[in-house]
Amino acid sequence: MRAADSITASILMALGGIVIFDALRLGIGWGTDGPGSGFFPFWLALIMVVTCAVILLQTLRSRSDEKFVTLQQLGPVFKVIGPATAMVLLTEFVGLYVAAALYLGIYMRWVGRHSWITVIVLAVSVPVLTFMIFELWFLVPMPKGPLEDWLGY
Amino acid sequence: MGIENLFLGFQQALAHENLLYAAIGIMLGTIVGVLPGLGGANGVAILLPLTLRMPPTSAIILLTSLYWGALFGGAITSILFNIPGEPWSVATTFDGYPMARQGRSGQALTGAFTSSFVGALFATVLITVFAPLLADVALRFGPPEIFSIQLLTFSAFVGLGGGNPLKTVVSIMIGFILAAVGLDIVTGQLRMTFGFTGLMQGFDFIIAVIGLFGIGEILLSVEEGLSFKGVSSKMNLHVVLDTWKILPRYWRTFARSCLIGFWMGFKPGGATPASFMSYSFAKRFSKNPEAFGKGELEGVIAPETAAHAAGVAAMLPMITLGIPGSPTAAVMLGGLIIWGLQPGPLLFTEKPDFVWGLIASMYTGNILGVLMVLAFVPFFAAILRVPFAILTPLIVVLCAIGSYAVHNSMLDVWYMLIFGVVGYVFKKLDYPLAPLVLALVLGDMAENALRQSLIMSQGSLAIFFDRPIAGVITVVAILFFMMPIIGPWWRRLRGLPVSAPTPREI
Repeated sequence: MRAADSITASILMALGGIVIFDALRLGIGWGTDGPGSGFFPFWLALIMVVTCAVILLQTLRSRSDEKFVTLQQLGPVFKVIGPATAMVLLTEFVGLYVAAALYLGIYMRWVGRHSWITVIVLAVSVPVLTFMIFELWFLVPMPKGPLEDWLGY
Repeated sequence: MGIENLFLGFQQALAHENLLYAAIGIMLGTIVGVLPGLGGANGVAILLPLTLRMPPTSAIILLTSLYWGALFGGAITSILFNIPGEPWSVATTFDGYPMARQGRSGQALTGAFTSSFVGALFATVLITVFAPLLADVALRFGPPEIFSIQLLTFSAFVGLGGGNPLKTVVSIMIGFILAAVGLDIVTGQLRMTFGFTGLMQGFDFIIAVIGLFGIGEILLSVEEGLSFKGVSSKMNLHVVLDTWKILPRYWRTFARSCLIGFWMGFKPGGATPASFMSYSFAKRFSKNPEAFGKGELEGVIAPETAAHAAGVAAMLPMITLGIPGSPTAAVMLGGLIIWGLQPGPLLFTEKPDFVWGLIASMYTGNILGVLMVLAFVPFFAAILRVPFAILTPLIVVLCAIGSYAVHNSMLDVWYMLIFGVVGYVFKKLDYPLAPLVLALVLGDMAENALRQSLIMSQGSLAIFFDRPIAGVITVVAILFFMMPIIGPWWRRLRGLPVSAPTPREI
């Protein structure tokens, strides 16, 4: 917990530093007619950097053996975030509906070990249903790919 | 004028299509409240794109009903599964789950739903009375008053939010900084984009809500290794009527919890502390406090009444001042802007049909809600028995759809994923997410109010103290900010024990 806490506080301090740098470029003082563009971000970032520094000190002084995350816990977390990232990447090429179908199918089979019948029924019906709700009824367009082109949408 | 307007509002709320939207909203909301990884805030966020083509009154009725449903849903999982679906239903598990284990789940659920309804109704009546008055006052507010109210909003998170107050401050700052990214509309300069065109559009808080609360929450629940061992619900008309017969006995608890809930609720981050405070008060004033924690009906009534009164009261600052009291109210505020309405006191004079339709729908929605949840408890409880490997990808896909639909942008879907990971890390490290989201929503408004105030005063901060209303609010805000420092010192001075750290709102 201590390591994760200090790293997070340090990253936030660095980000605050970048914001301060940009705010100085924009001008933190009085512009032509009022406070400049950098005025608000500068003070926000300054407060953030100072607060993070205090948090960092608090953390370094504390004694805590609690782990931020164990390897056992991290497994399932990556099993969610990995396929989810892959789905978003896939959406860029084949559209959301096809990506969602593949993602649902693979996840249910790989993680849940559900029967092929369940997997195929859900992986097909969910994207088809969302297609009907979003594209046809509510006219909210989603990213589409070659399959939808071929079907004429 | 009040009664006539309310009457007009009821004509809106009781229109057939609006009743239907309310029913759909409650249904979806309860499902969302029961499911891990989905709550009121991201449920509303995901549904928002679908409301673009609806009349605003129907849209807000759909979204608020979803919120009521989510509030009801939290009680179901708390009582039957010992899993608080929402942070404010943690206190409900203390006595609700033991009651369910003793075979009194029907009584606990009926008690919880009825208390929720009573709390909500009480808060709605107060909103009906006070909202127009508050809006009248707010009409006279200038930039200094608006900025001081913003200060008060965020000071409440720091002073009353629990957890590490420093981390609350950092969360608020992150939210404000993210809100400042992109084009500065006052000077036309690009801020913090560092040459990346992708950053020019800035960060939309709806994406942040979906990522932080949706994906982040899923990551947290899979990490804990989900296993739902639920007690089956025993609900029938007989149990409901029997419980209703004994409930009036607890009128004192009801009254006390309603007041606590409303008082805590119109300040941000109030629902969770309200439920805990109400629970401990009920225990203190009870004739047999030792029964609490072992399955005492009063221990379910107190937190549920307060949480719902607080949840409804969170709508008061949103409709009168344009400042949301909770992340869910924040998303609804975003909805108002998307539907082309200007949130704030002007709504009462310019769009009375919308505001009063909304207020009237709080009555109809909660009546409809309590009847629906009572009738469909077994159905909602069954949702938690859907295997996790099916729920998880479904929720992820819904989150992706919701994020894309806001601006038709794939970049937003990537941001949503990043926010998800950030939400997971922040939640584990006790950085609160609700103030971050609220700061992201209110960032532009706060900055404009601050700049305009400083222009009015030629750069002097004294303007926030000179004007009577702004001055009082600013001083209260400063007191709240100082609370984490004064509190322990004050307790030591009076020889009181150091209070245990209170849990976070969200």
